[in-house]
Amino acid sequence: MCERMPHQGYRDGAGGSMMQKTKLVEALTGNYAAAYAVKASDVDVIAVYPITPQTTIVEKLSEFVANGELNAELIHVESEHSALSAVVGASAAGARVFTATSSQGLELAHENLHIASGIRLPIVMAVPARALSAPISIHNDYGDVMNARDTGWIIYIVASAQEVYDTIIQAYRVAETANLPAMVAYDGFLVSHTVEPVELNDEEEVRKFLPRPQRPYTLNPKRPVTMGPLASPDWYYEFKYQQATALREAYKLVKDVDALYGEKFGRSYGVVETYRMEDADYAVVTYGGAAYGNAKAAADMARERGIAAGVVRVRLYRPFPTMDLLKALEGVKAFAVLDRAIMFGSPAEGPLYKDVATAMFMHGVDKPAVSVIHGIGQRTMYVEDMYKIYTMLKERPNKEVVFMGVRP
Amino acid sequence: MKVYYKTLKDLPREELFAPGHRMCAGCGAAIAMRWITKTIGPNAVIANATGCVEVTTTPYPETAWMHPYIHVAFENSAAVASGVEAAIKALKRKGMWDAGDTKVVVIAGDGGTYDIGLQSLSGMLERRHGVLYILYDNEAYMNTGIQRSGSTPKYAWTTTTPVGTAVKGKIQWKKDIMGIVTAHRVPYAATASVAYILDMVNKIKTALEYTEEGPTFLHIYAPCVPGWRYPENKTVEIARLAVETGYFPLYEWDHGKLKLNPPSNNHLDKSKRRPLKEYLKLQGRFAHLTEQEIAEIEKELDAYWEYLSRLAQL
Amino acid sequence: MSNLPRASELPIGAVIPEPGSTRRNKTAGWRTLKPVIHDDRCVRCQLCWLYCPEGTIVEIKGVFKVNGRTYDTKYEINYDHCKGCGICANECPTKAIEMVPEAP
Repeated sequence: MCERMPHQGYRDGAGGSMMQKTKLVEALTGNYAAAYAVKASDVDVIAVYPITPQTTIVEKLSEFVANGELNAELIHVESEHSALSAVVGASAAGARVFTATSSQGLELAHENLHIASGIRLPIVMAVPARALSAPISIHNDYGDVMNARDTGWIIYIVASAQEVYDTIIQAYRVAETANLPAMVAYDGFLVSHTVEPVELNDEEEVRKFLPRPQRPYTLNPKRPVTMGPLASPDWYYEFKYQQATALREAYKLVKDVDALYGEKFGRSYGVVETYRMEDADYAVVTYGGAAYGNAKAAADMARERGIAAGVVRVRLYRPFPTMDLLKALEGVKAFAVLDRAIMFGSPAEGPLYKDVATAMFMHGVDKPAVSVIHGIGQRTMYVEDMYKIYTMLKERPNKEVVFMGVRP
Repeated sequence: MKVYYKTLKDLPREELFAPGHRMCAGCGAAIAMRWITKTIGPNAVIANATGCVEVTTTPYPETAWMHPYIHVAFENSAAVASGVEAAIKALKRKGMWDAGDTKVVVIAGDGGTYDIGLQSLSGMLERRHGVLYILYDNEAYMNTGIQRSGSTPKYAWTTTTPVGTAVKGKIQWKKDIMGIVTAHRVPYAATASVAYILDMVNKIKTALEYTEEGPTFLHIYAPCVPGWRYPENKTVEIARLAVETGYFPLYEWDHGKLKLNPPSNNHLDKSKRRPLKEYLKLQGRFAHLTEQEIAEIEKELDAYWEYLSRLAQL
Repeated sequence: MSNLPRASELPIGAVIPEPGSTRRNKTAGWRTLKPVIHDDRCVRCQLCWLYCPEGTIVEIKGVFKVNGRTYDTKYEINYDHCKGCGICANECPTKAIEMVPEAP
């Protein structure tokens, strides 16, 4: 999981006057990187409520405000449902907003996830992913994020503190252009609390990258509108269709903004990241920092033992990057999808596996593929385990679900 | 309260709440909405909780509201308003708010305030947002077809507290929402009735002005035709009797001092109140009450007045 | 397929950009009884205008001579939106408003 430098690296001197002259690098946790990104993005209103492992984001933001470094209103709400409600209200009034939550907090706020995307508000929310109760777990898996994936939000799953920083800034531009809320998820603890070097952008340049958009509608007495009306069967479907279309269109938008960001700040990631896939026979498809990092180490190990192994990391989860993913897996003989969440009762319990299988089915691709579930409740995913996935793929890849790392 | 309007002639004439909405004929809340919107003036944002008012006034593609208006969910109108208030503050500070001194007003029913909305209301009050929270109280979840809420009075018939052979109506007393709100030490909270419009609009405007200092609260009594079971032309009469019998006293909590407003200021003396029966018997939801039960309600009412009078002397 | 607007034609987010558009909806058809103001009995107390839940009683300024009295206002009912609740008739102190059956 030591992915610090994005694959495109830095371009010293290239880009001319658009590149910042001095590099400011801080040692930050994923959560602190999120806070710095919010600070740079000229956010107006932040709803603050603590939940492990998100708490240090809002602590850092509170510190910034207390020191006069961030000119934002903090609303110390009394629950996560109110946190999302407050940013819905603030965003509707035209403010640029931020909030963060995890696990049970995301569950409590759930109805507002649908409402935020239904009213088409450009809210940005950080979600350090954490397992869901019961039993209660404060540790990392993606049960909470996966439970929110059908709510009409743009969802990024990122893998390093640097990527958290960069993606939150990108998310504002994407959200405000698409008029859709955006979630930036990452490993709770494993990324949120791990210190890595993060290159920070010049804040003035970030503001230039994030000009204030002309919002289609806001709550303003000069142009009064009604938001959140009652829609009868004659009307409701059209608005949901609008959302579906907007989310599909956001696929290209995410790529475009990421590319623009790369031109301006020197770092970009794409929607799908690949490792040694040019000539891979067998691939592990996964998301998040811990899984990706260990899968890469396992791929190296497999390569040393003569298995042409590669890794694919899904960065944009919603809208689903079908074409980029299919392209990445074009040449493989078999692949495994490593999921860190269990969708109980599903035909296959791995959520990403389901999405990949559907994408393949719809595009006439039929490859042997295994759904591997691991890292539930932050069960340690050893590199050895991931290596075993490659050997399994080489020996007999069946379309089945393998619960790895559990004592059944 | 500050007296902004002395007589009916001083009242604002411009209608800021359009007719053609789907509220019942004779709806008490409709009267309240007309006067709330007129009094707060055009420079305000309204956050509304799910309920009778929300559903009947925003049937897509029509809206009765002439104000910027947002409905999010049932329990969070206070949280949404907190967000709007904070946004206006932040945007003003950055020179990005072009509408001047915009007020933020919540309109929520008893369901969305006493029960499901209590948490977000308390949070908003504790954080001292400059928001005017207006509760229109029709004493049950009316929009879903008359189910009991924490605001429903004892013995009242609702569909979830029906009058049967074993249990007759609601078992518990009505929750004291003003007590809960004033415990948050807000600058201003008051009760009002749709029968006393001058009193109500002066309180609305006073409460709105006081949002400069912090959150303010208005508890408006709004009779419901189908829910309380009375003929639709009696709404104002019932709202008046509620006050005249001392059942719903008009009072204000102004910076820690409780003040009874006319005519409630005379009702500490029980003999000056009209008999409670006059109020109860007009409503079908109380038709099953026995003499004993009415006496019990009167006793509880006397206790409440005793409590109010002690608060008033503090 | 109906003639209603398509998703691509509608404002996003189900926002209603036209304030007060319920005015288009004439609720006149709701009533069975209709209020009639007998102007000669009206003392311009304003209570009908005050209490109408629809706000459909209109105040008209002018010079009105009624039974030897001169008033500067008159109250008229806009029947487009009157739901016939009868609150105006119930509250009128001079019983100047009569609820009559709506013509069949």
